Amino acid sequence: MERIPILKMGEYLLVTIQVDMHDRLAMTLQDDLTTRIVDARAKGVLIDISALEIVDSFIGRMLADIAAMSRVLDAETVVVGMRPAVAITLVELGLSLTGVRTALNVERGMALLRERIRERSSE
Amino acid sequence: MTVLLSDQRTVQSAEDVVAIRQAVRQRAVEMGFNLVDQTKIVTAASELARNTLQHGGGGRVTIEAVESFGRRGIRLTFEDEGPGIPDVELAMKDGFTTGGGLGLGLSGARRLSSDFSIESAPGKGTRVTITRWR
Amino acid sequence: MNEQSVLHDLVSRNEAEIVQRWIERQLGASSFRSDRISKLELSEQSRRFLSLFRQSISSGSADIHSPAWVNTRQLLEELSVSRAQQGFSPAETALFVFSLKQTLFEGLQDQLSTDPKAASVMILETDQLLDKLGLFTTEVYQRGREQVIIRQQQELMELSTPVVTLWEGVLALPVIGTLDSSRTQVVMENLLQRIVETGAAIAIIDITGVPTVDTLTAQHLLKTVAAARLMGADCIISGIRPQIAQTIVHLGVDLGSVMTKATLADAFTIALRRLGLGVTKVGAAKKRPEPEAPGRASTERAED
Repeated sequence: MERIPILKMGEYLLVTIQVDMHDRLAMTLQDDLTTRIVDARAKGVLIDISALEIVDSFIGRMLADIAAMSRVLDAETVVVGMRPAVAITLVELGLSLTGVRTALNVERGMALLRERIRERSSE
Repeated sequence: MTVLLSDQRTVQSAEDVVAIRQAVRQRAVEMGFNLVDQTKIVTAASELARNTLQHGGGGRVTIEAVESFGRRGIRLTFEDEGPGIPDVELAMKDGFTTGGGLGLGLSGARRLSSDFSIESAPGKGTRVTITRWR
Repeated sequence: MNEQSVLHDLVSRNEAEIVQRWIERQLGASSFRSDRISKLELSEQSRRFLSLFRQSISSGSADIHSPAWVNTRQLLEELSVSRAQQGFSPAETALFVFSLKQTLFEGLQDQLSTDPKAASVMILETDQLLDKLGLFTTEVYQRGREQVIIRQQQELMELSTPVVTLWEGVLALPVIGTLDSSRTQVVMENLLQRIVETGAAIAIIDITGVPTVDTLTAQHLLKTVAAARLMGADCIISGIRPQIAQTIVHLGVDLGSVMTKATLADAFTIALRRLGLGVTKVGAAKKRPEPEAPGRASTERAED
């Protein structure tokens, strides 16, 4: 069965979504990610959606759910690379994904993750 | 309104939903829609296709290139013989507030389209038509 | 339809002659504008129209919005647009179609001279058909004008919502005028595009130039803020005039967690601070030299 690869980079997990996912694939990703967060004791998850031309309510909610689930598992999530047309459409759709941290690109996303993790460990 | 091109597809599986997104995207590109409008109509199609699959038990979609008084548009009609929606207005309002499933798909699709119409009743299935004008 | 085939017969058997007579009629009319359109162009258009007209009526359909008429409609659309550009009024453009009537009626009368009743039925049908086509050109003309207006509005909107880079990483968006939904689309597209281009992390939306902020305007603002946030940029809304603040409170508008500042300067200060930047003075300020009183030595010498 096809899966979206999850890369481990130290304490971080990096997911790059490059295909137009059908719903089953999205659910599999969610499952795989939560499992890997626990197995790898990851502190941060970076999801790169710069290749996605469409983010509909299902995918949008998947991202929000992943962010919430990882938080429960004590990891931070950042979604990066949303395309302008996608952002405008999502907002029009009524989904602003308020619970999800976002950044312009992978570099910024990693910086944000490091900062957030540092903040949390000093709490 | 004249129909210039018409194409029908089944909505029976998750893979169909992906194929429909791509077909609508292609038609929108051919008709010269700008990127944001393309994204909106494809996203609306995705919402409605999913609704048809999950709430309607599967159905079909007709993708049409239409023309009305010199203006071109893309029209999508999603039909199913499913259980139907007892109170459409309520469903659309609910979806907006709870952010879940059927309602959000319908109200979302409406917001992303120029024209929106829906016919549905318990036991009579559902038909949703959206149009995006250039 | 039996009647349509009579018309089709007439036109296909006498196409060249009909075109010729029609062109002559148009050129001879008092309304012909030789300064606006050449004889050659008019002849060419007439020939093409009659040919497509013939093809469309061969289908037997009198519904000019059906697929059988798509090529004829397209020609009329092109014609309507070019006539408008050439300075013709919509009525003058419609005359192109209406002037064909006389020629066709004459032809039908000749063809059906032995059956005046059939002739009058055919003439009536042809009359109605050409009326529809003539009116179609008017509708296309109307839509053409609407498109021009819409395009001009669009250009005006884009010109009036520039996105300015205040500092590296800080964008400012001074909004002038009302913020309706189509304007908001333009604003969002511009802003997000600039965020991608500059990598800005902060965008200041200044609404000093927005006359009123009602619930809808607030929604549009919040949409823009939400879209920028999805691209990783935070927004600050500045330029909140006292009246606007009052309206916002009275209407119960909820700006959520968006930071608001009265002035662009305040917002800029916050933006810089967030980026870990500040403004410092460079070197000591120089004192302005005092004019020397006459007969006075310099102050140092006074100590002698």
